[in-house]
Amino acid sequence: MDRAEQRMDEIIGRLLQAGVILAAMFVLAGGAVYLARHSTPATNYGVFQGEPEELRTVSGIFHEGLALRGRGLIQFGLLILIATPIARVAFSVVAFLYQRDWTYVVVTLIVLGLLVYSLLGGHGGG
Amino acid sequence: MQPSNAWKTPTTLNTIEFTALVGLGSLLAGFLGALTGLGGGVVIVPLLTLVFHVDIHYAIGAALVSVIATSSGAASAYVREGYSNLRVGMFLEIATTVGALVGAKLVLHMHVSVISVIFGVVLLYSAYASITQREHSSADGGPDRIATWLKMDSTYPTEKGLESYHVRGVPQGFGLMFVAGVLSGLLGIGSGAVKVLAMDRAMKLPFKVSTTTSNFMIGVTAAAGAGVYLRRGYIDPGLAMPVMLGVLAGSLIGARILERAKVKVLRMVFSGVIAVLAVEMIYNALK
Repeated sequence: MDRAEQRMDEIIGRLLQAGVILAAMFVLAGGAVYLARHSTPATNYGVFQGEPEELRTVSGIFHEGLALRGRGLIQFGLLILIATPIARVAFSVVAFLYQRDWTYVVVTLIVLGLLVYSLLGGHGGG
Repeated sequence: MQPSNAWKTPTTLNTIEFTALVGLGSLLAGFLGALTGLGGGVVIVPLLTLVFHVDIHYAIGAALVSVIATSSGAASAYVREGYSNLRVGMFLEIATTVGALVGAKLVLHMHVSVISVIFGVVLLYSAYASITQREHSSADGGPDRIATWLKMDSTYPTEKGLESYHVRGVPQGFGLMFVAGVLSGLLGIGSGAVKVLAMDRAMKLPFKVSTTTSNFMIGVTAAAGAGVYLRRGYIDPGLAMPVMLGVLAGSLIGARILERAKVKVLRMVFSGVIAVLAVEMIYNALK
C-alpha cells in the first residue's frame, strides 16, 4: 500500500467515526426530548402500523428535526447514520478519480447510485 | 419454552421503562457481539420479537440501524491498520447492495412466519460457523485472470512485514455476496458469516483481510437496506433509539476489553444462546 492510499484509508476511518458520533449525539438529544414528553404507557410495537409520512422521507425528517421534536431529532440522527457509509462510498469515488483508476471509479459510482436510489427511491418505497 | 412470561407485557410498561429495558438488552447484545465477533445485530431481532413482542418489521428496522453503527465504528479502527482490501470490498458491494434491495423488497411479499424460519436457520448457521471458525492459512493459488484485471491482489501487514496475496474465485465470491446482501435486507443483519465464507473460502483472502473487509462492507450493505426500510416506515425512532445507542455503547466496551477476555469460552456460550434463540424463533413461527 503506498502513502496516498494509506492517507485515504485514514481519512475514511475518521469520516466513519465522525458520522457515528454525530448520529449518536442527535439520537441521544432526540431521545431526551422524547422521553421527557412521553411518560404514558409505552407504544405497542406488537402491531405494525408504519411511521407517518414526516418520519419516512428525507425532507420530512429534516423538517421534524429542525422543529426540535423528539422523534424527529432521533430520526434525523438515524438519517446521518445511514448517510455515513454513503459518504464513505462518495469519498472513494473521489479517491479513485485522483488515482485515475477508471475501472473503480465506475464500480464505486454504481454502488453510490444504488445507495442513493435506496434512500430517495422512485415511488415512495412501494 | 416461553421466556415472555417472565416479563410484563409491553403495554403495562411506561415509555421510560420500556426504553431502559430495550437499551440494556441491546447493550448486552452489542457487548457480546463485539467480544465474540458475531456482531450485536444477530440477537436484536430475536430479543425484540421474543422478549418484547415487537412486530418483526420494526425489529428488523431497528437492528439494521444498529448494524450500521457498529460496522462504521469498528471499521474506523480496522481501516487504520491497513488490513481491508478496498478494491475487493467496493467491487463486491455491487452484489451486496443489489442483494439488499432485493431482500428489502422480498420482506413485503413474505409471511412473518416464513421470515422467522429463515432467520432461525441463518442464526443456526452463524452459531455453527462461529464455533468452527479458525484462522486457517489458505494456500495462495497464484494469480487469477479476473482478479488481476480488477487489480485486487494486494499486501497486508504481518509480523514478518508486508506480505502479498492473490485473490481468486471472483464470480463465486460475487454470487455469495449477493446472497449475503439478500439476507441482510431481508433480516436486518450484517450477514458477516456469509461474507467471510465468500472471501475466506471462495476468494482465498487471508483471514484478517477477509474479516476486516467484511466488516467494512457490512455498513454499506445495511445502509442500502435501511434506506428502503426508512422510506417504508419500518424504522421507528422510539424503538431504534435505545437499540442503536445500546448496541453501539456495548460494542465499544466489548472492543475495548477484547484483548484481555477469554474469547473462546465466551464464543461457545454466545453461540449456544444464539442457537437457542434460533430454535425458539423457528418453533414460534411453526406453532
